[in-house]
Amino acid sequence: MTVYHPETTEQVCEVVAWAAAAPVPLRVHGGSALCRLGRPVIAEHDLVLSTLRGILLYEPEELVLAAAAGSRVVEIEARLARNNQMLAFEPPDLGPLLGAPAGQATLGDIVDANLSGPRRVKAGAVRDHILGVKVVTGRGEVIKAGGRVVKNVTGYDLPKLMTGAFGTLSVLTEITVKAVPAAPETNTLVVTGLDAPAAVRALTTALQTPHDVSAAAYLPAAVAQRSSVDSLAAAGESATLVRVEGFGPSVAARSAALRAILESAGSVQALETDDSKRVWREVRDVALLTTDQDALVWRISVPPAAGAEVLAAIGAALPKSVESFLDWGGGLIWLAVPADTPGAGARPIRAAFAPFGGHATLVRAPDSVRMVEEVFQPTSAALAALTDRIKTQFDPSHVLNPGRVRATASEIPA
Amino acid sequence: MRMPTPNDGLLQRRSEIVDRLRGVVPGPGVIGERDLLRAYECDGLTAYRQVPLAVVLPSTTAQVSDTLRLCQEMGLKVVPRGAGTSLSGGALPLADGIVLGLSKFNRILDIDYDNRCVVAQPGVTNLAISQAVTERGFYYAPDPSSQIACTIGGNVAENAGGVHCLKYGLTTNNVLGVEVVLMSGEVVRLGGRHLDAGGYDVLGAVTGSEGLLGVITEVTVRILPKPATARAVLVGFPTSRQAGDCVAAIIAAGIIPGGMEMMDGPAIRAAEDFVKAGYPLDVDALLIVELDGPEAEVDHLIGEVESIARQQGAVSLRVSQSEEERLTFWAGRKAAFPAVGRISPDYYCMDGTIPRGRLPEVLTRTSELSETYGLRVANVFHAGDGNLHPLILYDANVPDELERAEQFGADILKLCVDVGGVLTGEHGVGVEKRDLMEYQFEAADLEQQQRLKCAFDPDGLLNPGKMFPKLHRCAELGRMHVRGGKLPFPDLPRF
Ligand SMILES: Cc1cc2nc3c(=O)[nH]c(=O)nc-3n(C[C@H](O)[C@H](O)[C@H](O)COP(=O)(O)OP(=O)(O)OC[C@H]3O[C@@H](n4cnc5c(N)ncnc54)[C@H](O)[C@@H]3O)c2cc1C
Repeated sequence: MTVYHPETTEQVCEVVAWAAAAPVPLRVHGGSALCRLGRPVIAEHDLVLSTLRGILLYEPEELVLAAAAGSRVVEIEARLARNNQMLAFEPPDLGPLLGAPAGQATLGDIVDANLSGPRRVKAGAVRDHILGVKVVTGRGEVIKAGGRVVKNVTGYDLPKLMTGAFGTLSVLTEITVKAVPAAPETNTLVVTGLDAPAAVRALTTALQTPHDVSAAAYLPAAVAQRSSVDSLAAAGESATLVRVEGFGPSVAARSAALRAILESAGSVQALETDDSKRVWREVRDVALLTTDQDALVWRISVPPAAGAEVLAAIGAALPKSVESFLDWGGGLIWLAVPADTPGAGARPIRAAFAPFGGHATLVRAPDSVRMVEEVFQPTSAALAALTDRIKTQFDPSHVLNPGRVRATASEIPA
Repeated sequence: MRMPTPNDGLLQRRSEIVDRLRGVVPGPGVIGERDLLRAYECDGLTAYRQVPLAVVLPSTTAQVSDTLRLCQEMGLKVVPRGAGTSLSGGALPLADGIVLGLSKFNRILDIDYDNRCVVAQPGVTNLAISQAVTERGFYYAPDPSSQIACTIGGNVAENAGGVHCLKYGLTTNNVLGVEVVLMSGEVVRLGGRHLDAGGYDVLGAVTGSEGLLGVITEVTVRILPKPATARAVLVGFPTSRQAGDCVAAIIAAGIIPGGMEMMDGPAIRAAEDFVKAGYPLDVDALLIVELDGPEAEVDHLIGEVESIARQQGAVSLRVSQSEEERLTFWAGRKAAFPAVGRISPDYYCMDGTIPRGRLPEVLTRTSELSETYGLRVANVFHAGDGNLHPLILYDANVPDELERAEQFGADILKLCVDVGGVLTGEHGVGVEKRDLMEYQFEAADLEQQQRLKCAFDPDGLLNPGKMFPKLHRCAELGRMHVRGGKLPFPDLPRF
């Protein structure tokens, strides 16, 4: 077993070309805890990209930044912050949730997993902000796709296809992202004491206004109590959170308008800049979900207005000790189930949202569980076959993270 | 234009093929008569024309599926078509292929305000979606200038843009799901009303695939609440360099306008002559900066933009005082193409994108090329996102003017690539920019793109001859060039 730490795209290419020719499978990742997302990869060698780092281009006035894939997200965010800019998709730091230190995730890790935070509802996902990539395909070839400009329809949008592919199609070596101006002000309105259905109704109403809500979440009482924001923790009640960001006068006017609307749902308090930032970081990083280190954690994307109904259906089918909260206006359910839940709860969970559509991912579970359960949402036979054909076109020897997204016969080389 | 050589065998079996297609799509759903086929001989890139073998107009997904399966079986090529407004020849027919028109897929299937999305059939026009949700104060953000005619299916296939892309994204950022039929006839659903489709982002790959990967039979788009208000600032500058600097300064101040458009001298004068929008005629560059959002925000930002513009040397500046005045500011810009059409028998619209900061040198070089080719050019420009639309003025009746215009256009696009930009920002590659793809991409890049097509359409029957300058067989692309098993990287750090 060898661990390769390439420092250049050429070195990545050398390793992959060799692996493809052998063929020997490679476990490709950024060296952070995010390598534990997906099914466990059985491979002899590791290709760890954390040494492939550095900001390659940053032109604030062009709203563009390019970095080597192994660059840490926190470093990129710090660099952007110096110019009052940010990554609009608000990448979560799931290190602590996965039992590892914070601040380790690389840009490549986040792109591999298409992991977006609370601003997803307004600004889009990671995939919406990736302008271009340089990758090494499973054929051991360096290719580039996309570019450095926002408006680009030249050829297929391969950068999107690479986003969320968990390193199974190619190894990302360089990534060009959109940078956006950071909002000078942020303010959060909190409605206390709502149950989940009332909360989702309130969030839906807020998102239907033209007041440009940039995040909308619901924390049940037990979850809200864990917040480091005193007023939330002390309330002992659920918190329905609506965030507005922007220029001062705009934030003030929109907050006032939203407050008037939300007051018909319950009593409203406001969190000013610091507390607002703190609670959204907790939501983003799933920091409040559970104190049970062994609990299995699911991430479920559903039509936003169905969030409460899906939650109720899951609650009826699983033990009382299940914990959860909602982000994305109800459209993202984070769920913690006890470690001994049969089948990790996959069946009842997937049955609960089946009438509405969506997908569930088992984010945190021991290798032994992720090996046997369907970590990602099973798809129709036609889509599964298409997925396999795409995989084969990028990685014909099946050496890049085999088995990470799908366990199929085709992932074992003939 | 070099197209794949027609298959004589298929051409001779025309009437048999038409009969078999009628077995799948009954009645008037199959057009085989030559004079009726003429209506489909070109799209918005009218310089290229080709009458297809037949046109099929299915009205259900099952019919699309059966048609494609039959075509696959017969080895018959298929060109999907929405409204035929493509400016890159994406819907240009093939002599030995059918056109698969989606015009009968013209219903909005569901409006879901709670999940803020609309489910529509692909033949619904872009504007019809916004109109359907306007009563509740919503709209669909991407707004190509062709929005009264172009279809949502065509928008997905071309990843269409519009003047509001900088703030609200292109089509791809506003589509939540599609139903797509593969050449094999298999029906695949991607995404839905939830956010992020899950699995490989096949939805992202299909969007902008120019009808080469599958036929879109249903689209779910997200809709947004209409901004509370919108106001525009009309700013004139003596030079385009100053206008470009003003754009950069606005963005540096953290302001992302809803729209930021620029026109050069010839475009300003043509537009003003045509619609009398009140544009200043003594300037060489005009910016329209539109701010939309909550009233408090727009009022605040209008002030900021005004002072930035003055610092950058604006010589004329007007802020719209009413909705009517805002629309007048836009009227000239929106009519820029037909306005140029009045001063020249023909014009050719280009669509490259550049890093914004390179604008002055690209405009200078464009006017040099204009002299070299002896053809006039007017520039309109989505300044916010660097998307250039130079309009090359020519007369198709003058021998070789079309060829010169095309060469001039190709030189502009190469220039865009040279400064770090791309060949097309919103109109697509189609046949028009196909042969320039090798200028932007390496052979390996293009081969990998074609391998993606192999995963969808291994026989290469869906819209062949578009996007790629060379057609490779999938078997040939699949071969691995194994580099003789040498165990490399003794010098790599490892542990
Ligand atoms: C005056 C004018 C102004 C324009 N302004 C803009 C603009 O501002 N922004 C912009 O982006 N574009 C613009 N366009 C270009 C054009 O309108 C867009 O590309 C539009 O998206 C094409 O839609 P359509 O329905 O006409 O598609 P068509 O022209 O019929 O087809 C376009 C391509 O999509 C494929 N296709 C169509 N429907 C389907 C389907 N259902 N499934 C699979 N493939 C399909 C076709 O095969 C073809 O390759 C303009 C065009 C004109 C004529």
